[in-house]
Amino acid sequence: MSVILHISGNELRRLFKSPLAWIILAIVQFLAAIFFYLLLAQFMNPAGSGQGLTATVVAGTLQIAGIILLLVSPLLTMRLFSEEHRHGTIKLLMSSPVSSSELVIGKYIGITVFYLCMLGMITLMPLSLLPGTELDLGQLGSGLLGLFLLMSAFAAIGLFISTLTDQAGVAAVSTFAVLFVLWIINVAGNSASERMAQVFSWLSLLRHYDNLLNGMFNSVDVIYYLLITAGFIILSIWRLDARRRHG
Amino acid sequence: MPRESLIEVEQVSRYYGAHLAASNISFTVHRGDILGFLGPNGAGKTTTMEIISGVLAPSSGNVRIAGHDMAAAAQQAKQHIGFLPEQPPLYPDLCVDEYLLYCARLRRLKKSALAVAVAECKARCGLEEVGSRLIGNLSRGYQQRTGIAQAIIHNPSVIILDEPTSGLDPIQIREIRALIQELGQGHSVILSTHILPEVQGICNRVLIIHEGRLVLDQGLDLLHKGADQTLRIRIGLHTPPDMAELLALDGIESVELMDDHRFMLACNTQADATAMIVHAAVSRGWGLYELVPESDSLEATFMRLTQGDFPVQGSAREDISS
Repeated sequence: MSVILHISGNELRRLFKSPLAWIILAIVQFLAAIFFYLLLAQFMNPAGSGQGLTATVVAGTLQIAGIILLLVSPLLTMRLFSEEHRHGTIKLLMSSPVSSSELVIGKYIGITVFYLCMLGMITLMPLSLLPGTELDLGQLGSGLLGLFLLMSAFAAIGLFISTLTDQAGVAAVSTFAVLFVLWIINVAGNSASERMAQVFSWLSLLRHYDNLLNGMFNSVDVIYYLLITAGFIILSIWRLDARRRHG
Repeated sequence: MPRESLIEVEQVSRYYGAHLAASNISFTVHRGDILGFLGPNGAGKTTTMEIISGVLAPSSGNVRIAGHDMAAAAQQAKQHIGFLPEQPPLYPDLCVDEYLLYCARLRRLKKSALAVAVAECKARCGLEEVGSRLIGNLSRGYQQRTGIAQAIIHNPSVIILDEPTSGLDPIQIREIRALIQELGQGHSVILSTHILPEVQGICNRVLIIHEGRLVLDQGLDLLHKGADQTLRIRIGLHTPPDMAELLALDGIESVELMDDHRFMLACNTQADATAMIVHAAVSRGWGLYELVPESDSLEATFMRLTQGDFPVQGSAREDISS
């Protein structure tokens, strides 16, 4: 177990040593803050939609944060394995008494801790409303859980794609494409038969997130994200083993 | 005296797609062996070393390190391995101390042993002064040393070094050679190199691999002994005589024409061939302008085995341990 944590620690340390991580933290915060402000201003407008504060501002901000994360997440995960292969450091890891699962899980925990930092900073914005008003904490909690699950899925998908290529740029673009397709796949359902529409809309990362944002905690949504996350982590482990055998 | 065998490679083959990179390679390395791994570029040296160190899995065959099977008990086997790939596996954004500490932890060293291990391997590789510098800013030589430090930090019994002296200056090369010899006393070391004198200087056994096959596995002392029977001398003459006249000289066993003026002579070491050739050349007016004894038997063997056709292994294989 401790070796997993050392791998995570090393991943985090190297992430925070690069300017990229700091810039991403800053940009995500900046963009989310702009939308937070806009939504707040909209809510304060007397001719508002009539929905509550939590539904308008908090859920709105978290939804936007999800989209921003979709855009920047590939940049965070692209280096995970592609760079190890490119720098040859994968040979250090592979010749060390560390299994592929420990390696993948270690790296995954490392990147997830970074996402948690980001989540913490985003959470500060809705929390800043607390001194002045009352929030639906249940809805806030379910929204944050949704965002966290979404991030976990992003991280797992990015992790897997970075094992496929030695080029960080290729990994980033491919990850973005996959995330984007998973995000908008329910649109494809509109023109298909009813049954296909259901399948597509079930597959969509967006729909399950919307449920949680609206304060509907449905175990199906949570299981969906956990399945995606676990699935891609297992695929990454397989991929590393396959590379050792055939690569 | 039977010595503990630390590396056992049994009939290892490795395919890359349809390309056979290593074919049916078997050898054993004992504690105290320093094995020189030679071969032309693309011969399969790196593949073989990566298979032994567990980075690649063999397509068939198996590897045992200190008695642990690499496939069945990878973790125990890898505990005994220190591996320096051709390109040192460094994180340019870490400083040397952080990097070595991480490597020690990856090798599952005990917490209490970490600081000592890092300090010790830094001292061995001459890295004390650069501990807090970023690896990316170090010179090639220091990066190479950091790579070696990483391979020995957990005091492994098997050390595998892929071209450890590349990129170093002559002084550093000497230091690293001394370090490798020191390591060879208590461990077994495999090193690959393109520099043949390096093998003669520090190894006690040589393996030559060519087109994925092992073509020589011999102790260096045996290699010398075998070659010492005949001495090869290259001579250049302005007005050369008949080949027959050269062959008639005392102690000359064969004559080979290299070009119009140069000959390769194989001489019996019993006779003082060199003096006699010089004497004959002067007294008969051959115009001797060049005389080079080809004492480099390893190079001759290497050339013979890696250029042109040859039978596979067979008679060339003699295990010094047996």
